[in-house]
Amino acid sequence: MNKRLVMSVLLAAMLAACSSKAVKETPQAAVEDKSPVATQTTTSNESATSGVSDSSLASNPLKDPNNILSKRNVYFDFDSDAVKSEYRPLIEAHAKYLTSHSDAKVFLQGNTDDRGTREYNLSLGQRRAVSVKKVLNLLGVQDAQIETVSFGKEKANTTCADDSCYKQDRRVDIIYQGE
Amino acid sequence: MNKLRLFLSLLVFILPLSAKAALTIEIVGGAAQQIPIAIVPFAQPGQIAGQQDTIANIIGADLRRSGLFRVLETRGVANQPSDISQVSYSDWAAIQAQALTIGSIETLPGNRLKVSFRLLDVYKQNQLVGMEYNITPAQLRMTAHRIADVIYQKLTGEPGVFATRISYVTKTNGRYSLQVADADGYNPQTVVSSVEPIISPVWSPDGTRLAYVSFEKKKPIVYVQSLVSGQRTVLANFKGNNSAPSWSPDGKRLAIVLTYAANSQIYSINADGTGLQQLTHTSAIDTEPVWSPDGRYIYFTSDRGGNPQIYRMSTSGGDASRVTFEGSYIVSPRISPDGKSLAYIRRDEGRFRVALQDVASGQVQILSDTARDESPSFAPNGRMILYATRINGKGALAAVSADGKVRQRLSETGGDVREPAWGPVVSQ
Repeated sequence: MNKRLVMSVLLAAMLAACSSKAVKETPQAAVEDKSPVATQTTTSNESATSGVSDSSLASNPLKDPNNILSKRNVYFDFDSDAVKSEYRPLIEAHAKYLTSHSDAKVFLQGNTDDRGTREYNLSLGQRRAVSVKKVLNLLGVQDAQIETVSFGKEKANTTCADDSCYKQDRRVDIIYQGE
Repeated sequence: MNKLRLFLSLLVFILPLSAKAALTIEIVGGAAQQIPIAIVPFAQPGQIAGQQDTIANIIGADLRRSGLFRVLETRGVANQPSDISQVSYSDWAAIQAQALTIGSIETLPGNRLKVSFRLLDVYKQNQLVGMEYNITPAQLRMTAHRIADVIYQKLTGEPGVFATRISYVTKTNGRYSLQVADADGYNPQTVVSSVEPIISPVWSPDGTRLAYVSFEKKKPIVYVQSLVSGQRTVLANFKGNNSAPSWSPDGKRLAIVLTYAANSQIYSINADGTGLQQLTHTSAIDTEPVWSPDGRYIYFTSDRGGNPQIYRMSTSGGDASRVTFEGSYIVSPRISPDGKSLAYIRRDEGRFRVALQDVASGQVQILSDTARDESPSFAPNGRMILYATRINGKGALAAVSADGKVRQRLSETGGDVREPAWGPVVSQ
């Protein structure tokens, strides 16, 4: 039973490795192969944690809904990249986690609302991600643990017409590597 | 794996997904002075395999769409020549045709076709131009576009761009697809598709490659993909964002935007991903670089002055000079093929519109009448500007002539269309 599991995990990893190679070269394959690539990460994660009991997952502070570390969104005012003081405790908690888990890595994903053009909004989303990074840096987190990226307005609500929904899109998401 | 790969590339690059138009182009305005032209149906030996439309119809649609021609109804005219010896000029003068196009298709051995056409001046009663093409049946549509280009050039004095291709990104049911189609929207083919966004496609100057930004790895990475083989390479995958590619006029280098751990800055890099060089060194946003056609300058968007405006610097970097001064939000610069005009997106009272600035005088004209415009792209002859906008809440493409008089709307039946880029004229 265990052997079969190992085999299938291995096989899945091999398949994923095989298709991830195709990603580089064949565009159409890249398309269809995206899910196997995603599976690869999941697979390796699962195999890595397979020896650990399920309770470890529940006690993972990053996933625990009662833990501030499960809160991952920092929202911004219109046309602003200033981190509002209300998000200070959230960012401090992540800084503490990162400084005490030197192998952990976060992606700070910047976003904007739907107004404006794609490439410029990509830069504006980046500026917000950089703002959050600077706070983390001040709290002692090393650059090597942080990657700032931006989705610009690509994930924004396109049917939005007022600030009730625009404000939801002006944000930075904190995503841990492997999530 | 190799077999699968071959099969997939065959599927995408050799078999067109559909010969039908996915984009339909509707012309909204026209020039005040349109040239009246009659196009007689070409004589042909019955239906040609794979033919969906007649040459005369394709030529007529091209010329009509340019806004510069009035294509006359020829059915009521008794004279239906296919050779110059059969032309009765008085019949065509009677319907006020200024120009007359006649032609024929003959079958040749080896499944080839000979397409002949003549463009005639009805008043002077002489031939303006005549040409012959020896083609395969599959080249019939593109040959019609080439004939339309010859007619356009002869009668307007400017090169035609009907035999070119455009690229754009569709979003249908949450799936993004980078497509390449003929300039009239026919023969759409998928270059790459993904569940994550694809933005900023740009054509290499020789029309054989596209550079674009894909988020398929959950961050923006710049790829270069051959339209001939389908092969693609990662151009830039550095820490942070990789975006806004633009080709140098000789196709050897690209300007790109990288962030590492800070704000967007402009770099240049060889088309094979080597030789990275940083061009801007500011703490502001510097993005959307575009090469001037003479290869001397890079125009770009920067908010170093407090709000986004267009600047210009040498292609080797260094000091930049500000180019735009009106308005508080000016982005997405594109320089015309002759280098004399600068198109960009300008925000005025919440409306984002295409504007055109004369580089020498600085004079600005707002060209579009829409409100959510993005990503302008010059036709290779500089006459039209293709751009993305929103019509009835849906992403759509539109085009406007550089003089603002001709407007087109290109709509997709399925989902959203955005990120258009007009490909170059490719000599064949």
